[in-house]
Amino acid sequence: MLRTERLSAGYGMFQALFDVSFHVAPGEVVALIGANGAGKSTLLRAIVGSVPAARDSVTLDGTPVGGCSEIERLHMGIALVPEGRRLFPSLTVEENLLLAAGNGRPGPWTVARLFRELPALDGLRRRPATALSGGQQQLVALCRALASNPHYVLCDEVSLGLSPVAVDAVYGLLAKVRNEGVAMVLVEQNVRRALGASHRYYCLQKGRIVLEGASREADYGRVATAYFGV
Amino acid sequence: MQAMIETLLNGLMLGALYALFGLGLSLSLGVMRMINIAHGDLIVVGAYFTSVAMELTGLGALTSLVIVLPLMFALGWLAQITLFNRVVDRGPLPPLLLTFGLSIVLQNVLREIFTADTRSLHAGDLARRGFEVGGVSIGVLPLVSAIAAIVLLGATHWLIGHTQLGRQARAVSDDPSTARLVGVDDRRFFAIVTGFIFATIGVAAVLYAIRTPFSPSAGPERLLYSFETVVLGGLGNIWGTLLGGLIIGVAQLFGAKLSSGLGPFFGHLVFLVALLARPQGLFGRGA
Repeated sequence: MLRTERLSAGYGMFQALFDVSFHVAPGEVVALIGANGAGKSTLLRAIVGSVPAARDSVTLDGTPVGGCSEIERLHMGIALVPEGRRLFPSLTVEENLLLAAGNGRPGPWTVARLFRELPALDGLRRRPATALSGGQQQLVALCRALASNPHYVLCDEVSLGLSPVAVDAVYGLLAKVRNEGVAMVLVEQNVRRALGASHRYYCLQKGRIVLEGASREADYGRVATAYFGV
Repeated sequence: MQAMIETLLNGLMLGALYALFGLGLSLSLGVMRMINIAHGDLIVVGAYFTSVAMELTGLGALTSLVIVLPLMFALGWLAQITLFNRVVDRGPLPPLLLTFGLSIVLQNVLREIFTADTRSLHAGDLARRGFEVGGVSIGVLPLVSAIAAIVLLGATHWLIGHTQLGRQARAVSDDPSTARLVGVDDRRFFAIVTGFIFATIGVAAVLYAIRTPFSPSAGPERLLYSFETVVLGGLGNIWGTLLGGLIIGVAQLFGAKLSSGLGPFFGHLVFLVALLARPQGLFGRGA
């Protein structure tokens, strides 16, 4: 169980999260919904350690990990797919994955298997990673996180700016990942997509959780109200 | 004509050595975005280490690298952990100030321990040996050092292109914060890189000290040659660094032929002209 307990975090003088209590169970998919600036990305970044947080405010299976480095948390099985993909332009597609695989944990998601699962990427493996289309790059970014064999994958805006076909490809891969029992947190602007692909959801507004529940029973009207804060 | 060819060959061989000087600067700039002003002084430190190692063990200049290389690696590793990691991601100025200070400290410590006297490393018989090809005489020692330099540059190029270490280097250079997300421990990685850089400095130090005498104040001049080599070739391109070194080496020796003592001046002159024509360096990717 990956959990935040009354987590507050921010950047310098600016506080972005206020007492956020949030959890994901192993194998579970959780959607994080909220407007721009609601604190969704900050929450993900605090969970992986890119944004500092109090030691006890983030726990993994009961152990406080809030003080651990990003690398330590990666080795515990928490990986982030950052917003905007952030692939390394000096590395080829294959090298982006090899880098993550070499620094991560051993497990089922080997580089060879990732290319088998995504034949479209296989033919592009020697290309510079940022020379691909947006949808292909997003798949590479997901694969790069998977290559470290995480238990929890945090996806920040994986469908932003992609064509509908590309979004389908990304969600196709996410479904495979979910079926293997990997837990996921999806930060999504597309509320319908997010609720359709998740077990539970949280709505964030101005750094606070204002609504949560089971995705299947979500009332779109209430989610929209929480989203826009009207 | 043969004299010209001889000068050209000697210039090329000297230039390969300058490229080796530049390799460390190029790496620290490329991977850590850090300029090390003490680079030249470290070349001198490497020479003094070798000198002391030779006195203590009775080893030859080249064989004493067995001691000097691990020592330089350890020193680089330690320098990164204790000093450079404090300034490495704080913009261009703090590393400059820190290493400028380090440069002054190193020069004075060397003067305190070894006095201001000039020293040189004696390679014995090897330094005098040579052979002739078609009337052009080539020294064994310059040839050996040029080959060593090119092999080291090639090996570094291969490391960067084909190994996990190289992938880490390129990833950190592209985007340090994302590199941490994929498990690159940048601080620990930088220590390895700086260790490697200091080891290349060690090799360059020995090869250069065999042919040129050194004193505690010789560092800045060596830094200048290293800089010219890297900037002339274009930042972040190892083969560019080699070409830059070759050009400066050749210019220096032809200059020295015109008027002995003016060699370095001609090196600087060529550097200046080349920079005016192509400010991004010969292999640079543009401004």
